Amino acid sequence: MNIFEALRVAFAGLLANRLRSSLTMLGILIGVAAVILLVAVGNGASVQINNQIQGLGANVIFVYPANAKGAGGVSQGFGTSQSLTMADVDAINNRQQDQDVVAAIPIANSGGQITYQNQNYFAPTTGTTVDFPQVRDYQIAEGSFFTQDDVTAQHRVVVLGQTVVQNLFGANDPIGQTIKINRQSFRVIGVFATKGGSGFGSQDNVLVAPITAVWAYLSGGRGKGISQIVASASSAGTVSQAETEITTILLQRHQISDPSLADFQLQSQQDILTQANSIATALTLVLGAIAGISLVVGGIGIMNIMLVTVTERTREIGIRKAIGARWRDVLMQFLIEAMFLSGLGGALGIALGAALAVEAPHIPAIASSTFPPPVVSIPSVLLAFGVSVGIGLFFGIYPANRAARLHPIEALRHE
Amino acid sequence: MIRLEAVTKTYRMGRVEVQALRGIDLHIESGDFVAIMGASGSGKSTLMNIVGCLDVPTSGGYFLDGTDVARLDDDQLAIIRNRKIGFVFQSFNLIPRTTALHNVEMPLIYAGAPNRRPRALEALDAVGLANRADHQPTELSGGQQQRAAIARALVTDPAILLADEPTGNLDSGSSVEIMKLLVELNEQHARTIVLITHERDIAAFAKRTVELRDGLIVRDERRAA
Repeated sequence: MNIFEALRVAFAGLLANRLRSSLTMLGILIGVAAVILLVAVGNGASVQINNQIQGLGANVIFVYPANAKGAGGVSQGFGTSQSLTMADVDAINNRQQDQDVVAAIPIANSGGQITYQNQNYFAPTTGTTVDFPQVRDYQIAEGSFFTQDDVTAQHRVVVLGQTVVQNLFGANDPIGQTIKINRQSFRVIGVFATKGGSGFGSQDNVLVAPITAVWAYLSGGRGKGISQIVASASSAGTVSQAETEITTILLQRHQISDPSLADFQLQSQQDILTQANSIATALTLVLGAIAGISLVVGGIGIMNIMLVTVTERTREIGIRKAIGARWRDVLMQFLIEAMFLSGLGGALGIALGAALAVEAPHIPAIASSTFPPPVVSIPSVLLAFGVSVGIGLFFGIYPANRAARLHPIEALRHE
Repeated sequence: MIRLEAVTKTYRMGRVEVQALRGIDLHIESGDFVAIMGASGSGKSTLMNIVGCLDVPTSGGYFLDGTDVARLDDDQLAIIRNRKIGFVFQSFNLIPRTTALHNVEMPLIYAGAPNRRPRALEALDAVGLANRADHQPTELSGGQQQRAAIARALVTDPAILLADEPTGNLDSGSSVEIMKLLVELNEQHARTIVLITHERDIAAFAKRTVELRDGLIVRDERRAA
């Protein structure tokens, strides 16, 4: 019996029980749609995280204080020591050789209440130096960034990200206006262009001021500490050399001979990307696995219905065997039927899952939230279709073999 | 053509062994028309299963068209059934929701034979059912269904036509029609026919009558020509 004939027979068998076939197919359809949709959601989150991290700048290196070690070496947690100083930044910027580091800037963050007239907002204020736009890859859209004079003279000037502008000023021009950060007046001198990225940790939700002004007016007398140093390498390819240079300079300055005892640690954009990707992959796998369970349930549905079908059609199997159907012929007939059910269910499930994933960002409730738009991946589509056909094969083989092994005499006697 | 030598068949029903056939010797020549008779429990169904290659004997030999079929496995038996035996059943056993033509085509499909459609149409024509080719079994009368079944049995040009109570589900008019068709196939086309029945007037259409009782042949008569 050829494949075409087997398909014809299988199709006729399915058409004979339309409702039952559709319901069985629905089980697989929902399973596959769930896999496609949830994996797309995971991928969407992954893409969004990647974009945000890439927004940090490709060549960026972050230097954090290492975990402070208490007596007996008990770690006190990330960033608990105040090991980095402005002198470290100057040392990196003023080094004589090794040109792989372009510039280094200090970062001193100060959280705070921002007010403008009757508008209220809450965002971190970053204190830094004039190289900030270059190192962090920010463009000025309006006005200008602060100058070395502003830093030296502790001028209370501030440059705003787009998110802050929208929340405080709406459509009004912020340049030249005075806002209050923790009740201290700062004059807005510039606005950054949109960097993209959304939701938590947006690159546009920033206020940047001279680090000296932040120390003087916002730190509450906590001195001239800096929470991190951000450096930029000359290109993506020189990031690791730049990291080595920074490490060497800082170890020397902090008089540490054993690198494993360093009181600071470095992280490049690539490191963050790798970590974030491994988390995103785990998230996608978990979502896919949850959806996979429904696929297995759908497969059991197919097996169940195939067993019923085989019992119902015992007599037909007997007739076919009497007129010459071999084990293989009967097996193929029922196997193709099961695979057709699961394959068609899978194809429809892919269509539904992909349609939901594509349409999801247009649903108002989702569009207005920070929920990442799902991204349907081609491998997940191929895998889901392959798995659904495979499920038909796996769950179909037992009922089909049961049919194929029926004894013709007993099958013919079956009422 | 058909030769059974000391064929026995023993079934095991739980702990009890039932000897359905106790030693059958039977020889059927090509072109013969044999009626196998017997009451229920006489072993005639078992004999028909063995002759039809649906089952194998417990002991003894069965030679069909020169092939020893007593020791074949299930798939080999399926091939023999497909090529050498045409079944006609009491309850027609057409495949439901499938046209008469497609039912008749079915053995050719399993044989992987070419020209299936014209051959199936030819077989339907031979039983006078060419104009019902596109009808499904539920759209045919009992007599017409049995004609379609006979066409299906003949389409592979088998060595024997094995008819198991072919008139059992038919009214007397249709019964006579079907028996006349079998006689015609035997006389004009030299078909070898083995007919299983418990009715004497149906057996009377055959050339030879073999009667079974308790798993043994008790009578073997040829009708005077």
